[in-house]
Amino acid sequence: MLLIHCPYCDQTLPEAEFAYAGEAHIARPEDPSQLSDEEWRDFLFIRSNLKGPHFERWRHVHGCARFFNAVRDTVSDRFLLTYRAGEPRPDLSTPEAAQ
Amino acid sequence: MMTSQTHDFTADAGARVRIEALAPVARFSLRVRAAGRPVLGRALGCDLPDRVGETARAGGRVALCLGPDEWLIQAGEDEADAIARAGADAYAEAPHALVEISDREVSFRVSGPAAADLLATNCPRDLDRLAVGGATRTVFDTAQVVLWREADDAFRLDVWRSFAPHVRALLEIGQAEIAAGL
Ligand SMILES: [Zn+2]
Repeated sequence: MLLIHCPYCDQTLPEAEFAYAGEAHIARPEDPSQLSDEEWRDFLFIRSNLKGPHFERWRHVHGCARFFNAVRDTVSDRFLLTYRAGEPRPDLSTPEAAQ
Repeated sequence: MMTSQTHDFTADAGARVRIEALAPVARFSLRVRAAGRPVLGRALGCDLPDRVGETARAGGRVALCLGPDEWLIQAGEDEADAIARAGADAYAEAPHALVEISDREVSFRVSGPAAADLLATNCPRDLDRLAVGGATRTVFDTAQVVLWREADDAFRLDVWRSFAPHVRALLEIGQAEIAAGL
């Protein structure tokens, strides 16, 4: 079983307590009524579907219940790092992020 | 003459691990922002710890930090009204949500030298890292539970009422397997 570090509990815990919640850093448009159908479609459905480090949301649903963000390598399924919701998207080229 | 031998697994099983259904208690779910935490601690007569998994106890009440702004409060069954009133009286000073959930859950105690082994059959947590006196929300099979460690070899499970027969059945299967030496 995968172990995932929850940034709110500050513990590394079994995957069975967590739920995946889609790609991270997708901002909801301020005024959806101003969007074209294509732009609204892109917001709702179009995702990057990366091969490699993927920024995604998780929820510690059977623990502290918080949503947070994670970077997971979609090839190896390895979690590179996790961070609290609302924090800026980390730059993976910095040494701290590489930890 | 025919002889037969029967083996009472239930009697043996109790020697290694016991499963008990516990009497009802008052249970409350509390949500409050950081600024209101000390106010609610004073109102309830029990500090609200600020680290997930920590508990605080005072005057027969216990507060468990479940999340950054979420606590589980438990007390004697006859204290429910007093707790609800204390929350209502503090509302103007510290807005919060205090919801009675006494009837939502039932509790089981799992105790004995094989208690941790029995829980490990269905709980993915590393129980060695759950300190005595601590507690956490986690899962047992697919049911969400709050797991309390009362002593090295004694745990309590708070289970949503509708999942309780499922959890109890799994515990009893594990108990029989432990008794049979599996
Ligand atoms: Zn958590």
